[in-house]
Amino acid sequence: MRVHLDGDKCQGHNRCYALAPELFDVDDYGQAVLLVEGEVPAELEDKARLAASNCPEYAITITD
Amino acid sequence: MTDTVESTPGDWQLPIIKDTPEGADLWERVPYDPDDYGPVSDWASDFDHASPAYNAHAPEIWKQLREGGCPVAHSDRYGGMWIPLTHDTVEEIAYDTEHFTSRSVVVSHLRPGDLQLPAPIGGAPPITSDPPFHNQARRLLLPPFAPKKIEAWEPDIRTLCRQLLDDLGEIAPGESVIDAAVDYAQHIPVSVIRQMLGFPKEDEELFRTFAHNVLERVNEDPRERAAADQERLDLYIDEQIQDHIDNPRDDLTSFLLDAELDGNKLHPDHVRGTIILLLIAGFDTTWSAIGSSLWHLAQRPEDRQRLTDDPEVMTFALEEFLRAYAPVTMSRLVAKDHDFHGCPMKQDDWVLLPFPAANRDPKMFEDADEFVIDREVNRHAAFGLGIHRCLGSNLARLELKVAIEEFLARFPQFELAGDTRWSVGMIRGPRQLPVRILETA
Repeated sequence: MRVHLDGDKCQGHNRCYALAPELFDVDDYGQAVLLVEGEVPAELEDKARLAASNCPEYAITITD
Repeated sequence: MTDTVESTPGDWQLPIIKDTPEGADLWERVPYDPDDYGPVSDWASDFDHASPAYNAHAPEIWKQLREGGCPVAHSDRYGGMWIPLTHDTVEEIAYDTEHFTSRSVVVSHLRPGDLQLPAPIGGAPPITSDPPFHNQARRLLLPPFAPKKIEAWEPDIRTLCRQLLDDLGEIAPGESVIDAAVDYAQHIPVSVIRQMLGFPKEDEELFRTFAHNVLERVNEDPRERAAADQERLDLYIDEQIQDHIDNPRDDLTSFLLDAELDGNKLHPDHVRGTIILLLIAGFDTTWSAIGSSLWHLAQRPEDRQRLTDDPEVMTFALEEFLRAYAPVTMSRLVAKDHDFHGCPMKQDDWVLLPFPAANRDPKMFEDADEFVIDREVNRHAAFGLGIHRCLGSNLARLELKVAIEEFLARFPQFELAGDTRWSVGMIRGPRQLPVRILETA
């Protein structure tokens, strides 16, 4: 599983940071920052799905 | 510029719709008549969010309209207003800054003229600003409201909540009735934003008056109230600004006075407008969210129990409170004539943006009218969508979470004790919430 963040769509709702802080950080402006490059570790896949399905701006997507 | 000629008195007549004037401060599209603000005859064609019946019954009204095939309602009130009721239509308007301007985000009988809110700053930047200025004004304010800055307020907010609960005095379980909106919820956000701005504690009552004037008195004759209220608020803010110029300190007011855009200090109108925004947006909203959440919990013992037994569920419960009881409806003005899914929108028509209605759309949310405490998929729009996402959302969330946790920790069991009085206008929440305390911890 891979997770993608579209920084142009992110409006700083910070839902991903609250749900999956292992995968997402926030910068000084409250904009999401993706912490993983490449494959999402297996134990974090559920959290990645949770972050993607709670982003109000559809800024997070997941691919296999 | 053409004004429609009035028809002979006594004839049935269409409202006198005036074109947007040039060189106006505030202007009336139709003459104000208090009788226009009577009971709503039909929500699809005579919608009024400031009808006293609206906030108490809003979820039923949205459902009835959507199921009746009305995705966008209309009203001749306020000189013409459209009301999208589905998630799709609310989202589309929130994203479309070309056809919809944010110059005024509170519907009123008066519309802002070109003199009052000079584009693109607007009266309370950045909420009243449009791109491209909006981006600059907003970016400036983001750092003090970013999650890691806001997290630092948690201990203070917890202490404040505990103090408010202590101040309720002796509680006799099964007998004591408290007003959870007046005695508890309303004090939390007003105290926090006052501290952030660095204003005197004794002025908290005054802020509540300011917010009430802006947000809840929309049906009163605007010519009588607007000027005096605005002047009083401006004078107060100017005094606080002067105090901060004389005695700079580590708070939001001094932060704004120091801030620069393109190497220049902010225009005094910009500073004042932003302070007014933070003051007013900072508490009626969160007060409402806390009140609605406690109103819900007073009626749902199983949700109280779940939060007590499984504190981790708060991560999801918090978002579900925000979805189901989103307090904030915003507005836009139509920027140019266009057709919106068959609705002939004219420049300067109001458009209400009821994010709370979007949050109850069954096409977007499974069991949309059910409160599901551990709802896992929840892309709610309580804080808006797009570039105007609520700047204070991290603060609002923290206040709501701590307020609920502390209330439940002190009073694990409570129930409604009499009539809840709901707010009037665009911010929805209980203004009186009598609850009987059944158990103290």
